Amino acid sequence: MLTGTYVPGRSLVHRATPGLKLVLLAVFLVPISIWQTPLLAGVSAAVVLVGFAVARIPLRYLLAELKPLRWFLAVLVPYQWWALGLEAALQLLVGLVISVAAASLVTLSTRVSDLLDTVQRGLQPLRRLGVDPDKVALTVSLALRAIPVVRDLLHQTLEARRARGLERSPRALATPLVIRTVRHAERVGEALAARGYDD
Amino acid sequence: MPHIEFRGVSHAYGERRVLEGIDLELTQQRIGVVGANGSGKSTLARMVNGLVVPTDGTVLVDGLDTGKQGAAIRRRVGFVFPDPEAQIVMPTVAEDVEFSLRRTDLTQPQKSERVREVLERFSLGDHHDHPAHQLSSGQKQLLALASILVTEPAILVCDEPTTLLDLRHSRKVTQLLESLDQQVLLVTHHLDLLAGWERVVVIDEGRVVADGAAAEAISFYRRLMGA
Amino acid sequence: MASTHTSTPSAPARASAGLTARDLALIAAFTALMVALFPVKLAVAGPTPIVLQNLALMLAGAVLGAKRGFYAALLFVLLAVVGLPVLASGVRGLAVFTSPSVGFVVAYPLVAWVIGRLVELRAPRVSTWWVIVACLVGGILVSYALGVPGMAWRSPKLTLATAATYSLQFIPGDLVKAVIAGVVAAGVHRAVPGLLPAPRPRRTPTSA
Repeated sequence: MLTGTYVPGRSLVHRATPGLKLVLLAVFLVPISIWQTPLLAGVSAAVVLVGFAVARIPLRYLLAELKPLRWFLAVLVPYQWWALGLEAALQLLVGLVISVAAASLVTLSTRVSDLLDTVQRGLQPLRRLGVDPDKVALTVSLALRAIPVVRDLLHQTLEARRARGLERSPRALATPLVIRTVRHAERVGEALAARGYDD
Repeated sequence: MPHIEFRGVSHAYGERRVLEGIDLELTQQRIGVVGANGSGKSTLARMVNGLVVPTDGTVLVDGLDTGKQGAAIRRRVGFVFPDPEAQIVMPTVAEDVEFSLRRTDLTQPQKSERVREVLERFSLGDHHDHPAHQLSSGQKQLLALASILVTEPAILVCDEPTTLLDLRHSRKVTQLLESLDQQVLLVTHHLDLLAGWERVVVIDEGRVVADGAAAEAISFYRRLMGA
Repeated sequence: MASTHTSTPSAPARASAGLTARDLALIAAFTALMVALFPVKLAVAGPTPIVLQNLALMLAGAVLGAKRGFYAALLFVLLAVVGLPVLASGVRGLAVFTSPSVGFVVAYPLVAWVIGRLVELRAPRVSTWWVIVACLVGGILVSYALGVPGMAWRSPKLTLATAATYSLQFIPGDLVKAVIAGVVAAGVHRAVPGLLPAPRPRRTPTSA
């Protein structure tokens, strides 16, 4: 099963409602995205680190969340240094790291299911625009259920491709996989209809 | 027992005709339907639940027209498909059973109680919060059955529910079907599953070619298949 | 297997307005396809391995059409934003919005919609080359039109030109994926007819 990045805890940060955390995150990100002065960067970094300390989330979790940035930064920081100078390069680095870290604090301290519930509640006012939060919730569940199924279909298709000696053909993978996925989805749709979903 | 009636039913998917002039009255508790691949038996089964509405003729369940009163029909008729993988729509075992109860008037504690009961009955009590994909294929088919039967339909239609199961789970599912109070319409290739059933209908090339007690109908079908 | 009823729209599916159970199942399945494909990489010559995830994105639009493709991609972004490790880049959670790739990810639903809309124009007989054109327009034009400014926006000191130069390395892979998507989607439509919404009179409004 897919798991989120949640690090269990009972801190103030964990107990704050997901909605509040989202609002605070949005507010926090505004100044750092507009003015990138060293002072502001320092204060922002301190705020994020205090947040992690209060939440008692070890910094190795933070490092894991920052890891995807490494290729981007490895290419662009030297380039910025060469093109615009050291200061610009450092600002790029610091600004990105702080904002990704802040966002990670919210994600690490909030359960996936709680965030999904918040999203679903957030959608309630959109009913008037024709958004059906129950349909959204059902489709999320269907997708979570479908992930292991499609993964099985992927493995079956990879094996079939190997059996036919077509390992390097992307087409021999994708076409049967997509057809199987579609057929599976249509059977799921039929089963939902049989359970009265469309009535 | 509920009363299923086919009146002059024919059906075509585009140009392809799959059922031709079916007239049947099904009132027994245990009814089997057998036929070769492509004989039209799965279409016939889907008509009982209103999943397929015939291009000609009508199908009535306790007097309700499946073409016009689909919603009422589907509350009365549960449907089990061959592939439980596609039939289980929720990520975890209990959620899938509870999904069937979403439109009932039950309170949340009542729903949870019903879910617990039915899972216990289908030997899935220990898997309450397990992800559905971790179950064996036999357990998945039991879960699919549990999710349908939790709403207590009057009729259960099963389209080859044992095709993808090993012998042991296949027996378990069949024993379960035999123990139900419901009227059961079982579409199957496994002829030995139907031994002792009250009535077996044989479909070939879209027509009813034999209809009667299990023993005669099954031996007719074996001759038809050249076995 | 019993027979092939599955590709025939069922009676209750016709009765309900908006998205039917079949639509929701197709949307969910393609979201799952995008998730399932992310560990698969194609070994090709060149420094950057080709990630199959945005191939799945192109296929969502090209196979499901505009509306369902849009929702499949939107749901995928939602799963990434709530913290599931689904993006090939490794970014997850709300960091999606603060990372340099924000524009590319936010563009996903739009990319699927544009590809789907273009493919629908030729439904029900979709040719391979037409899907390739649709994927080039959606998967490259639309994607980079949002992706590059997004990258520049995440840092005021990063110019559009720098961001664009950096992005150039992904273009060859995207060209390859557009071609694969064309071949695959055309094949799928031949194998499973009736997937794209039938050309319908203008006046019918679509609703969520």
